[in-house]
Amino acid sequence: MAILLLAEHDNATLSDQTAKALTAATKIGGDIHVLVAGSGAKAAADAAAKLSGVSKVLLADDASLANNLAEPLAALIIGLADGYDTIIAPATSSAKNVMPRVAALLDVMQVSEITEVVSADTFKRPLYAGNAIQTVQSTDAKKVITVRTASFSPASQGTPAAVELISTAALSSHLSRFVCDALSTSDRPDLTSAKIIISGGRALGSSEKFNAVILPVADKLGAAVGASRAAVDAGYAPNDWQVGQTGKVVAPQLYIAAGISGAIQHLAGMKDSKVIVAINKDEEAPIFQVADYGLVADLFEALPELEKAL
Amino acid sequence: MKILVPVKRVVDYNVKIRVKTDGTGVELANVKMSMNPFDEIAVEEALRLKEAGKAEEVVVVSIGPAKAEETLRTALAMGADRAVLVETDAAVEPLAVAKLLKGVIDAEQPGLVITGKQAIDDDSNQTGQMLAALLGWGQATFASKVDLGADKATVTREVDGGLQTIDVKLPAVVTTDLRLNEPRYASLPNIMKAKKKPLDKKTPADFGVDTTARLKVLKTEEPGGRKAGVKVKSVAELVDKLKNEAGVL
Ligand SMILES: Cc1cc2nc3c(=O)[nH]c(=O)nc-3n(C[C@H](O)[C@H](O)[C@H](O)COP(=O)(O)OP(=O)(O)OC[C@H]3O[C@@H](n4cnc5c(N)ncnc54)[C@H](O)[C@@H]3O)c2cc1C
Ligand SMILES: Nc1ncnc2c1ncn2[C@@H]1O[C@H](COP(=O)(O)O)[C@@H](O)[C@H]1O
Repeated sequence: MAILLLAEHDNATLSDQTAKALTAATKIGGDIHVLVAGSGAKAAADAAAKLSGVSKVLLADDASLANNLAEPLAALIIGLADGYDTIIAPATSSAKNVMPRVAALLDVMQVSEITEVVSADTFKRPLYAGNAIQTVQSTDAKKVITVRTASFSPASQGTPAAVELISTAALSSHLSRFVCDALSTSDRPDLTSAKIIISGGRALGSSEKFNAVILPVADKLGAAVGASRAAVDAGYAPNDWQVGQTGKVVAPQLYIAAGISGAIQHLAGMKDSKVIVAINKDEEAPIFQVADYGLVADLFEALPELEKAL
Repeated sequence: MKILVPVKRVVDYNVKIRVKTDGTGVELANVKMSMNPFDEIAVEEALRLKEAGKAEEVVVVSIGPAKAEETLRTALAMGADRAVLVETDAAVEPLAVAKLLKGVIDAEQPGLVITGKQAIDDDSNQTGQMLAALLGWGQATFASKVDLGADKATVTREVDGGLQTIDVKLPAVVTTDLRLNEPRYASLPNIMKAKKKPLDKKTPADFGVDTTARLKVLKTEEPGGRKAGVKVKSVAELVDKLKNEAGVL
């Protein structure tokens, strides 16, 4: 049994979501190779080689792989697929883009966003916004799997494995072309790796007010910043801050929800946090049903006070 | 150009679903069903492209039980021109859905297919990508903006780090994200008119697609619950609890 793990990285650095998906791969069991596909991605490949449980890193370095376009990346993975029984990746936006394409080309069903490995072919996965958990057994010869990384702790460091450069000939695709990126830049931690997250909802009222009351607390706590869909839709926060069923799924040590009602779609993304704090002026807000500590208050008073008290 | 939009009938997003006590699945009897919200966004986008003169016809397709006709009628009432129902009572997985959609597409020859990014019942997020693969087309997933040209679409995508813009050659598959548009409601006169719009019925056998499930569902259970904790009276008490009780600060 050999497993191919698709690494998540931005060419320069390896995302720790790779180390979390590696933990899931280790539970499936077998020889684990990590595929680092990118452009100028040697540093990410070297970082992957240091993860415990990796027996080899395959580095595919080519301009066509610089931007995670689905078509060339799927072609690369399909070219390698013969050697593996399982192809697995953290459920990031780039993997969610490419892995189903790989699965269809292999004529297999993808097992999406697993939260538990029961055995090499049987997994648990949430559906209906996490309100039901299914145990599914894949009957396909090859398994294509994405991993909900909030459910797995990162693999530790080990003895470095070899990095092997693999061929990227014939990958150029005429089907799609990268135009530009507008990526968020911030010194704050990533939502998916942060130990503390503070999220704001519709109650914030504007992006100015969001920034004025949420960000100082985030900076004091060294926290990542999240948002509800309502806050993102209204333009108070960027799309990559959305936490929930159709945004990011997080499980930090501490999650602070300010001015968020607690719709099931939001809870789906944060209810596995270790400690949940809710600040809401409506004492009936459903968010209080999952909060360890609830504060019924106006967030515009409570958050500045919190910032001073930290 | 013709635009094809697959729409799925799912449990309404406002329903708090219940897992059956015998572990065989989710309670679907007498539960409100609606069009998958991401598919409403897909229908809306197709209609706007038509209204902008960039497409001539919008065809909606659903794979599901006879009742999925209601979902198709909703799309027709929003303004779609024609519908195809591939009728089956079986639970059809994304891979088989993609194969059936390919069958419809081979016959219809649309220039663009817009699917939702994710069905809010199975939360699979795979059908659009699978369909693009089976067709050998390019894909632009998680779209928050679509600019349709003559032989390509320029699509802004919501990705983990922010936004990415790509060009995809037509025909292509686009999947919708939440910020693409705000879907319209169907007006009463349009709901009446939709009753008379053409709806074609097919079966999986018409396309020679085997819909046998590849994932065997062994069990469906409720997630581990979480209990409400305590209410604190002040920010000072909150900070104290976080430091000294929870130990997270
Ligand atoms: C297909 C689909 C997918 C979705 N995906 C997601 C998702 O991924 N993530 C997500 O979050 N949502 C998602 N939603 C949306 C979800 O259903 C809710 O609409 C959304 O989470 C509500 O956001 P909110 O809590 O910020 O706003 P509201 O529900 O409007 O809540 C605002 C809260 O702020 C409180 N408040 C107001 N003023 C103050 C004040 N001064 N001080 C303190 N409290 C105050 C109010 O009491 C209220 O509880 C999705 C919906 C659909 C249909
Ligand atoms: N049974 C179905 N009938 C029509 N369209 C579907 C069906 N299942 C999935 N789709 C489409 O594929 C998208 C993604 O679904 P999924 O991959 O199941 O999350 C949906 O938003 C629909 O556009």
